[in-house]
Amino acid sequence: MKKSFIKIIISLFTAIVLVSCREDETIFLSSDTNVAVPKEDGNIEGFYLLNEGNMGMNRASIDVFNYRTGNYTTDVYSERNPSVVKELGDVGNDIQIYGNKVYAVINVSNKVEVLEKWTAKRIKKIDIPNCRYVTFYKDKAYVSSYSGPVAINPNAEIGFVAEIDTTSLEIKRKVTVGYQPEQMVVHNGKLYVANSGGYRVPNYDRTVSVIDLETFTEIKKIDVGINLYSMEIDSRGDIYVSSRGDYYNTQPNLFVIDTNTDEKKMQLDIPALGMCLVDDLLYYYSVSWSYLTNSNKITYGILDTKTKKIISDKIITDGTDKKIMIPYGLQVNPETKEIYITDAQNYVVTGYIYCFTPDGRLKWKTTAGNIPAHIAFITKK
Amino acid sequence: MYNLKKTLLAVFILGLPFWLHAQTEKDSSRVLKEVILKGKPYQEVIPVQSLSGVVLDKLASHNVADALRYFAGTQIKDYGGVGGLKTVDVRNMGTHHVGVFYDGIQLGNAQNGVTDLGKYSLDDMESLTMYNGQKSEIFQSAKDFASASAIYLKTKRPVFVGDKKTNLLVRYKTMSINYHDPSFRWEQKLSEKVSMSVSSEYIKSNGQYKFRYKRKNLDGSTAYDTTATRWNSDIEALRFESGIYGKINNGSWDAKVYYYDSERGAPGAIVENKFRDGFRQFDKNFFGQVFLTKDVSEKYKFQLKGKFAYDYTHYIARDTTNVLGETVTEGVQSDDSYYQQETYFSAVNMYSILPTWDVSLSTDFQYNKLNATRRGIQTQFSFPTRYTALVSLATSYRYEGFKVLGNVLATRVIEEVKYNAKAPNKTEFTPALFLGYTPFKKYDFNLRAFAKRIFRMPTFNDLYYTMVGSSTLRPEYMNQYDVGFTYNFSVKESFLDKFSIQADGYYTYTKDKIVAAPTGNLFRWMMTNIGQVKGKGIETVVNLGTHIHKVNLDANLTYTYSQSQDFTKVSGLQMSSYGDQIPYTPWHSGSGILNAGYESWNFNYSFIYVGKRYNGNVNNIKVNEVQPWYTHDLAVQKSFIFKKYKLNAMVEVNNAFNQQYEVIYNYPMPGRTFKFIIGFEL
Repeated sequence: MKKSFIKIIISLFTAIVLVSCREDETIFLSSDTNVAVPKEDGNIEGFYLLNEGNMGMNRASIDVFNYRTGNYTTDVYSERNPSVVKELGDVGNDIQIYGNKVYAVINVSNKVEVLEKWTAKRIKKIDIPNCRYVTFYKDKAYVSSYSGPVAINPNAEIGFVAEIDTTSLEIKRKVTVGYQPEQMVVHNGKLYVANSGGYRVPNYDRTVSVIDLETFTEIKKIDVGINLYSMEIDSRGDIYVSSRGDYYNTQPNLFVIDTNTDEKKMQLDIPALGMCLVDDLLYYYSVSWSYLTNSNKITYGILDTKTKKIISDKIITDGTDKKIMIPYGLQVNPETKEIYITDAQNYVVTGYIYCFTPDGRLKWKTTAGNIPAHIAFITKK
Repeated sequence: MYNLKKTLLAVFILGLPFWLHAQTEKDSSRVLKEVILKGKPYQEVIPVQSLSGVVLDKLASHNVADALRYFAGTQIKDYGGVGGLKTVDVRNMGTHHVGVFYDGIQLGNAQNGVTDLGKYSLDDMESLTMYNGQKSEIFQSAKDFASASAIYLKTKRPVFVGDKKTNLLVRYKTMSINYHDPSFRWEQKLSEKVSMSVSSEYIKSNGQYKFRYKRKNLDGSTAYDTTATRWNSDIEALRFESGIYGKINNGSWDAKVYYYDSERGAPGAIVENKFRDGFRQFDKNFFGQVFLTKDVSEKYKFQLKGKFAYDYTHYIARDTTNVLGETVTEGVQSDDSYYQQETYFSAVNMYSILPTWDVSLSTDFQYNKLNATRRGIQTQFSFPTRYTALVSLATSYRYEGFKVLGNVLATRVIEEVKYNAKAPNKTEFTPALFLGYTPFKKYDFNLRAFAKRIFRMPTFNDLYYTMVGSSTLRPEYMNQYDVGFTYNFSVKESFLDKFSIQADGYYTYTKDKIVAAPTGNLFRWMMTNIGQVKGKGIETVVNLGTHIHKVNLDANLTYTYSQSQDFTKVSGLQMSSYGDQIPYTPWHSGSGILNAGYESWNFNYSFIYVGKRYNGNVNNIKVNEVQPWYTHDLAVQKSFIFKKYKLNAMVEVNNAFNQQYEVIYNYPMPGRTFKFIIGFEL
């Protein structure tokens, strides 16, 4: 009796061991979901969405939406680049398309991943430490980076912008800007860089660096406001730069820079964290932590850049905004004016992407990757 | 390749019962000997697991964290390597809910609540004991009542055989990776009633080991297959301990000092394009503690404890790289030092009202202070100080087969800060009730049940960490319920010397769990009390002991089933992972230890299995899956005796099948490693 009991115990133990053994690990596979009705017209074929992936998880990933099929495909990088060891990398921070190339800025992996526009296959990896955002002008790409010359104190390094030749994909020059530079815009042969100073709490940077692209030197620093982050430029040459505030007393804000004078011209007193400019409309959202309620206050709006007046305090009109935990990415299709908003959830779990009609009603919603954030439209030619 | 290993493993394990069976015929003399994992006698109404004696000695594990893996219900978070952080989690309640006691007094870390068990050596350890709920007695300090699970590390006390006055042990360990570890232990009898011990250990290793990442295409061809070296995993550490132990009339006392000094690499996650980094960590830990207990009369006894601890930690992250010929920083830079002080006193009084009825009153007082210098950080550090008073009133009552043990713990916490907002003072009352019942006089079969409510205080980091901490945090509550039994089979008529089985089922509910909540900025989190986790599980432990002629065999097997679901809502919204199993929590896990001793030979085989689980991205979907891992460790030891001297030689293989696995995603663990130990005893 007892002997058989022992046998039972040991066999059970054995069973557990053998039931779930290890398998060979395969590459990460994409998955397809049909979310929209196929659309034949228009120049925009689809978009790439970069999921940032939480730090240390090595889970930055790229999703693709195809207007022609109406399919949303998650995580295509590994399948298209199976031989890249450890896939796309850690913490994606920006994705842009220029010419026939996709530039994905992968922050913690210290690289810009350059892919073919149609296949998403790797062309080259460009090493840039602590890289943040990318923008373009003529045959050059400009990448901002938090990295800087080693200072005696940590967090005292002044960031730079690297210039990359879009043909050779080599770094050609670099220029020192301000503390922890973020987004950039180009106008009239000048590069405008929003410096955040995010490592230097509470002594944030408050300047926009103006770089002459000919000489690649900083010709001016415009004093704007603390903790600058995102940038857009309208057709009249006005730059909109958002300030994230200090999370305590200084609220997020939106400033306007006049590129004729390179001076700050307006403070709009709009809480803008992320934004997207299409034609003359600036779509924006803001998430601010309230110490009183221990929760986030989320606001949306649309600004008319001609009049600098808010024309709506809503982007979403059908109540779907109440289901979005943390709006994180915002993009508007320049042709159809459809609005895409991503929900980063708590930055740890799988997020969502929402598509809204131009008047703000939910068109579709689907699961993306971890921290869906940046969208780049794929246009014909 | 794996199939072969699988088959070998299957043959071995399936064959085991038959092999054991085959031995029964040859049964002859009966030898009493050390039991592997003791199911303690009935007086303990609380689930307990223990490793001690020969098994602990012969186990191919060298730090406390590695040994704790053999307990049912524990999970070790192991970041890999000789110097890597190792923390313990019991029943998935979180590492903050485990009280770790070193020679009776809790090891604290008011800064982040994390005790790195990889730092504590098994060399001088007499036993490791783990209790769910709390230790099964009432003659203990209030702190012993104050955690959801308790682990007791008991170091060796000097024992002198015959008229010996001095014991000396000198040891040297080395490994198939660069590793040097000399140590000694010296015990001296000072008088009939007083003895002392001094022990010290020095470890130096470059920590470099190979790891491999491999993925296949769907058609089975290799997508990539790369082998790399784990860098920045080096360690240099010195441990020094001394104790003095005395007896008094109806009592005893001891005092000890402990010092640990280390410098190590703190390697980060292996991510694409970044296979090495250079974070460094420097530690200096000192503590001194005293203990006194005395039975004043038949009915009244007391104990006193005191401790002073000082901990210094220094982190440096100053990685650089090269862009266009210029050296620039790579990633966030930091250079922070933290200084912690802890002072602790405890007094326990126990009175026996009746022989079957005891009451005790424990009063503890603790002082914690955290100072810091953080280069380049321009916000003001809070410099928090915390005063904690704990009072526990406990009673135990026995009636025939029943035993009841109950207590109420009152905790008062007062905080002070030099800068920034301070956390409000807190008062908490938490109860616990334990029941035991032995239904049959003929059988050693014991039933037990308990319910316990306890909390953990927010750590100094939770409350005051720049831009993240929130001083308004409340404690995190843990409610735990348990039902279980222990059955020690009568072994008289069998070939076994020992056969016991214990099983427990539990339910846990974490309310107001302290979690980081998202804000508008990814780099900015707020600590909040929004977390909610419900867990349940089953733990089983089987102990076997037998002998075949002169071969003594011990076996210990554990199996754990655990489920732990996250029901946290953010701003009233269910997350996409709502109801999913929490990260790094396997549904199935188990362990096995098999020890065979023959004269001066000892053979030890141990096995750990951790089943499928999901990584830190939480959602229970394929991309977040982490493979099961299982390692086989083997150790062979031979001792030689020359007159008064004893020489021990031991060879170990860790991870014998060279499995490439990760406990924490992107933190690769070492493959097959050989270890050689030589010890000389006088």
